[in-house]
Amino acid sequence: MTGEDWHVVWFTAWVSASSTLAILPFGLALAWVLARRNWPGKSLLETFVSLPLVMPPVATGLILLKILGRRGAIGGWFHDQFNLDIIFTWRAVLIALGVMSFPLLVHFARVAFEEVNPRLEQIARTLGAGGWRVFFTITLPLAARGITAGLILAFARALGEFGATIMVAGNIPGKTSTLSLSIFQNVQLGEDSHAFRLLGVSVVLAFAAVWSSQFLMHRKCKTK
Amino acid sequence: MNRRTLFFCLCCGVSAIALPLRAAEVMVFAAASLTDSLTGIAAAYEKQSGDKILFNFGASSTLARQIEEGAPADIFFSADEAQMDGLAKKNLIDPATRKSRLGNSLVVVTPADSALQIRSASDLTNAGVKQIALADPKAVPAGVYAKAWLTRQQLWPDIEPKVVPTENVRATLAAVEAGNVELGVVYKTDAGISQKVKIAYEVPLADGPAISYPMALVRESKQPEAAKKFLAYLSSKEAGQVFKRYGFILLE
Repeated sequence: MTGEDWHVVWFTAWVSASSTLAILPFGLALAWVLARRNWPGKSLLETFVSLPLVMPPVATGLILLKILGRRGAIGGWFHDQFNLDIIFTWRAVLIALGVMSFPLLVHFARVAFEEVNPRLEQIARTLGAGGWRVFFTITLPLAARGITAGLILAFARALGEFGATIMVAGNIPGKTSTLSLSIFQNVQLGEDSHAFRLLGVSVVLAFAAVWSSQFLMHRKCKTK
Repeated sequence: MNRRTLFFCLCCGVSAIALPLRAAEVMVFAAASLTDSLTGIAAAYEKQSGDKILFNFGASSTLARQIEEGAPADIFFSADEAQMDGLAKKNLIDPATRKSRLGNSLVVVTPADSALQIRSASDLTNAGVKQIALADPKAVPAGVYAKAWLTRQQLWPDIEPKVVPTENVRATLAAVEAGNVELGVVYKTDAGISQKVKIAYEVPLADGPAISYPMALVRESKQPEAAKKFLAYLSSKEAGQVFKRYGFILLE
């Protein structure tokens, strides 16, 4: 493992965690709305949100490339207004990971919210609690387990993302290179032993993420 | 064995016998920069010979790697000698059939609407140039050549932090076409096929490394005779004219 490899590992963990945290508020808000509200055409929104989960990641990457590129709607605006580039930078990695793991978070959080008995919320309201207070003291704690599972899965999805990332961020050593991208590149270069070392690290990372989630769940079960 | 399995086996057996009777299918693994010229040449050849030519275009480094792993290639047409040498060393090509067929040159391209002026190699270090697309300089020939040129100009250390490495030379071209980088370094032949880019600077042949495209028969080829016939056609005058039309230099 060279210094560059450790940089890749650190960057992958950091950008995956950041993207998961960045989508958390939006994911929770959307999941809550989907769980608690009904309106005509709701299924359209549900389908739209889960698209990145079922579409080829490269296709999602292409859409992002067109939007975030220097001539795209969003990328162009940032480029003109702030002279800030998204494409081929770490920002593109962050956005790609966020978009790809968003459906997982929303799905799990929504199921978690649906499992919270609405009567408990109503009781809290009759006792005088406002909407936000009910959400933070009743709904969120009761849904915490499911949300944690969603968060960990979203993080794990981000760790392994490949297709969308390579489309919007390329594979720039020291800048946008993530674990998946470097494993791929090392295999391309014929440096299999190097790729195997990175593979080892990704196994350890994935194991740690899943194992810690199980640990968290068990502890929560016991305290209940 | 039930009836359905028996029928299935029979079908497989019949098609296995029938296959060799069909016209040969020759699988050519070729550098991405050859995409347009070879597709044109193959179409003419198919009409004339009745054989079918199939292509796998990509970075020569990727293709060489795939051949090492046992991909079903009959012919390898590389954009640099180093990738062919690698296969030759592993005894994966037939050295008697190896021939350096084409030469090429490098150009700096910008999006067609760019106002950027490049008068010399050192202009690539200007502050206005933030990102430069190159085929991956670690392995992909177009990038390796570009790096060799810039190293010779003693500019590589200044350029390297700006480099956006791409999968192959056509991906470099695409990044410039989309305007996502200020400029890219590609082969002159690639610049010629796109309306969305313009050549900002031609690397003088004396400044750059010698670019040479070797082709050879892959040793594991299942139809070496048909493959050799197509190799001979690639060396012919007709094919040469097509290569020339796309801007390649013919090596004899």
